[in-house]
Amino acid sequence: MSRITACFEKLKKSGRKVLIPYVTAGDPTPAVTLPLMHEMVRAGADIIELGVPFSDPMADGPVIQAASERALSYQISLRDVMDMVQRFRLTDKATPVILMGYLNPIEVMGYDTFARSAAQAGVDGVLTVDLPPEEGHDFLAALNEQLLDPIFLIAPTSTEERIKLITDNASGFVYYVAIKGVTGASDLDVDDVAAHLEKIRKQTDLPIGVGFGIKDADSAARVAQVADAVVVGSAIVKRVAEHIDAPEKINDAVTGLLGVLRHAIDTAED
Amino acid sequence: MSSNIQSGSKSFTSLPDSSGHFGEYGGMFVAETLMAPLAELRFAYERYRDDARFQAELDADLANYVGRPSPLYFAEHLTEKVGGARIYLKREDLNHTGAHKINNTVGQILLARNMGKKRIIAETGAGQHGVATATVAARLGMECVVYMGSEDIKRQALNVYRMRLLGAEVVAVESGSKTLKDALNEAMRDWVTNIDTTFYIIGTVAGPHPYPAMVRDFQTIIGREARQQIQEQAGRLPDALVACVGGGSNAIGLFYPFLEDKDVAIYGVEAAGNGLQTGRHAAPLCAGRPGVLHGNRTYLMEDSDGQIIETHSISAGLDYPGVGPEHAWLKDVGRAEYVAIADDEALDAFHSLTRVEGIIPALESSHAVAYASKLAAGMSPDEIVLVNLSGRGDKDIHTVAERDGIKV
Repeated sequence: MSRITACFEKLKKSGRKVLIPYVTAGDPTPAVTLPLMHEMVRAGADIIELGVPFSDPMADGPVIQAASERALSYQISLRDVMDMVQRFRLTDKATPVILMGYLNPIEVMGYDTFARSAAQAGVDGVLTVDLPPEEGHDFLAALNEQLLDPIFLIAPTSTEERIKLITDNASGFVYYVAIKGVTGASDLDVDDVAAHLEKIRKQTDLPIGVGFGIKDADSAARVAQVADAVVVGSAIVKRVAEHIDAPEKINDAVTGLLGVLRHAIDTAED
Repeated sequence: MSSNIQSGSKSFTSLPDSSGHFGEYGGMFVAETLMAPLAELRFAYERYRDDARFQAELDADLANYVGRPSPLYFAEHLTEKVGGARIYLKREDLNHTGAHKINNTVGQILLARNMGKKRIIAETGAGQHGVATATVAARLGMECVVYMGSEDIKRQALNVYRMRLLGAEVVAVESGSKTLKDALNEAMRDWVTNIDTTFYIIGTVAGPHPYPAMVRDFQTIIGREARQQIQEQAGRLPDALVACVGGGSNAIGLFYPFLEDKDVAIYGVEAAGNGLQTGRHAAPLCAGRPGVLHGNRTYLMEDSDGQIIETHSISAGLDYPGVGPEHAWLKDVGRAEYVAIADDEALDAFHSLTRVEGIIPALESSHAVAYASKLAAGMSPDEIVLVNLSGRGDKDIHTVAERDGIKV
């Protein structure tokens, strides 16, 4: 059983929802990321989603774009991100780590080399935003061979056929995009999310994480009522961005928010 | 992938396949939210492509609004100056708005209207596609938003004002390198957010399927006309075709109707900027390698980590780190050859054509003229080189003057 599946099962048994914070690796400086990952776990993160910076993050809103640019100013590479995971694993063998990014840096490295290195570093799942399952045959084979979970997005626009195609190819969990838009946009409609999740659950037993548009305790709590996991990205990256001139304050700023989210999720009525 | 093509018997005009692939290139590399809208666009396009009423309306617009057919002009004086093969110019610079771009925007906006979309978005680099989009949107009374890198806005103030006159909102893109590629990213973000109401008019043969095929189909009017015109004027097909390649829409528009004519050599001309050896250029086919950007797999300019790098060209319209996937495929199967022309050579051609023919070419098209002149010089006077003069140079006057140290 993968670390991601084990995590979902364990929390399900204790009646809790999974909290997945996202940070961009190397933002705002390479030194910040590793301690921040550990601090996030202490503050209640169940799974960490680590963004691999890319020069052209087409699916991301301004907050995560800016994070990518800050990281790239230090030339953070895919290899560097995997090194961070490897160092994280020296002291944390339990918390699943998912890499989220775009296909091109992986293409350059080569699918097999990437999958082998990611598995060796202790990565558990990979979400490649711009790789739908239709184009993913060779990449999925490489991930599956290394027992890495391919994480896919499902969107409000996904048809039933597409949901089936995606869930047939996914493992670990599926990630429902709560809004039509980019990361960090607003206007989250929880009733609409609930209706879509119901459609997805008809096709799969995989747990469902929900992200894009969750920014505070209230939206996290409402999403936790219908989803298995709550993914929070831009709201956290914003906390990072607010302290780029005082990086020593980043851990507290992020864990402060995570504490609030954790509490909101744990006390939400199911 | 291409073994069946390279064996020689297969046609060069049977692609893309149903999933949008040209060999290993093309495809649909986008976030899940866009997959269903792209399918919707594909169905609509395939339906209207074969619809007689749609085609009749498009043909009428191309004739009466765009001003087609554009002439094929025998450049006698350039030919004399170069001293070799006869050079013919396909005069896309004479189209309404001054470039080939409008062939595509006229087609896509009809499709948008037929699909019931009310809002048009576009990306633009030099501003030509933005102007061509704002133009057709004004005519159909549709809301139009054009994304443009803030660096390009500074360089192309005239086109920015033209778009605003036409009623378009021009949005400055401040992310990344603040140029065309970032404008494309931002337009995609808008599209994903406003998918229900909005039609995205991509200006070149890049992006996810069906854009490379659809934009090509709208631009092949160039090659279809040219193929007929050269036979009328010269009594035969040309020996070589030459067109500049940024994203590659004017080039594929000229090349495509000639792809099965095996005796016609085909040359795509990329921007060598300061020179390929300097790294400061915009020539992914000549000096890049395959990767994935903006929804398709193609040749890219990237660093060793797979990050897209900044391009350099005197011509804003060629300043793009990718290229249409069909060109990538044509290169690999050997049907077309891709070469590069540096800024200085393009400028020489700009001046040369202006002085001997009284035609001021766009800096993009000047790359094609420069290579065609080199090529023709090594050929015999009974041979023919046909060049796509994709746009006129009015927009570039300030750039050229600045290079020559003159303040206009």
